[in-house]
Amino acid sequence: MNDKKLIIAGLVIFIAIALFPFLYNMGKASPAPDPVLTPEAKAAKQCVRSRQYMRADHMHLLDQWRHNVVRDANHIYVSPNGKQYEMSLTRTCLECHSNKAEFCDRCHDYASVRPYCWDCHLDNPKENK
Amino acid sequence: MEDSRRQFLKLAGVAALGLTTKPVLDAFAVEHGAAGPGFKQSDKALKAKQWAMVIDTRKLKTAEDLEPIIEACNKTHNIPKFQNKHHEIKWIWEEEYENAFPTKHNPFLEERLAHIPFLVLCNHCENPPCCRACPTQATFKRKSDGIVLMDFHRCIGCRFCMAACPFGSRSFNFRDPRPFIPEVTPEFPTRMKGVVEKCEFCAERLAVGKMPACVEASKGALTFGDLYDPESEVRKLLKTNYTIRRKQQLGTEPCVYYIV
Repeated sequence: MNDKKLIIAGLVIFIAIALFPFLYNMGKASPAPDPVLTPEAKAAKQCVRSRQYMRADHMHLLDQWRHNVVRDANHIYVSPNGKQYEMSLTRTCLECHSNKAEFCDRCHDYASVRPYCWDCHLDNPKENK
Repeated sequence: MEDSRRQFLKLAGVAALGLTTKPVLDAFAVEHGAAGPGFKQSDKALKAKQWAMVIDTRKLKTAEDLEPIIEACNKTHNIPKFQNKHHEIKWIWEEEYENAFPTKHNPFLEERLAHIPFLVLCNHCENPPCCRACPTQATFKRKSDGIVLMDFHRCIGCRFCMAACPFGSRSFNFRDPRPFIPEVTPEFPTRMKGVVEKCEFCAERLAVGKMPACVEASKGALTFGDLYDPESEVRKLLKTNYTIRRKQQLGTEPCVYYIV
């Protein structure tokens, strides 16, 4: 029991270190960024699916598209409201959302997801010109 | 009393079973529902049972004749140019007779054949050994038109397919190819370090009703069509000309034919 002081001091130091990151960052959480829509995207009003669906499930949609185009030779997507779209990241998605940096990257950075789409697919050709 | 309890339990059991089936059936109904998004081919898409190519070597006499064909492919598909031969990426390239047809070589070959360059590319075999070697099915033979395709998303870079291919038609990206692409075509993706690539018979062009880039650039020396359509251009040529294929005896059934 002679070490009581040491133990308590050690515990206090440990708790202080363990809590430091939480206390340090308290109240500083940055708000989730809103994707910026280009005028083209705003004018279209509706993406290939509803806003809620796109927000939550765009990665699944892209995965389905990829599977269909690459493996099943289907290139046309028929959305539930009957509209047809070419399944192409560069030619369809980026046609409206030509602002990859503000539309894709900001949220992905915030959520710390690193999709490797852009290792191969080229982002908007218009942006590069 | 005994009887009615037994009866009651039986009935309760059947009822419970009935209640559980509905949600299950509903779930299946949603999965296969007619309503909902669909996928289909473009109306313009060119279709075939098995695409094949006939290369008329009588019309391709010099390396200058081959150059625009190879260049058209390289440009369409964002193929990088590496100085180091070990890093080279090849979809369609030229080869000498004795290397293209090692089993048909003899020391006293016809002069013309011994000197002309041969165009070689992936043969899109009917029985492709590369697809059997691939552990992730990243390379596969598409059932709808017989093209041996690459799904770059799935390729893990093990290079079993390169070992399996008897034609050397596959190249590996040892380096990030992007900085080495002379002129980028934005419509076609580039590749990344660590994947294998090869000729795809321009599947992306066939899907929108165009002939492969090399065929378009060849001024009639290359013919493309359905091997199983007796009326196709390819079959007409095969009917009237003597043709050879590369390493036929291996049994992979190459779909690129050469008129010599």
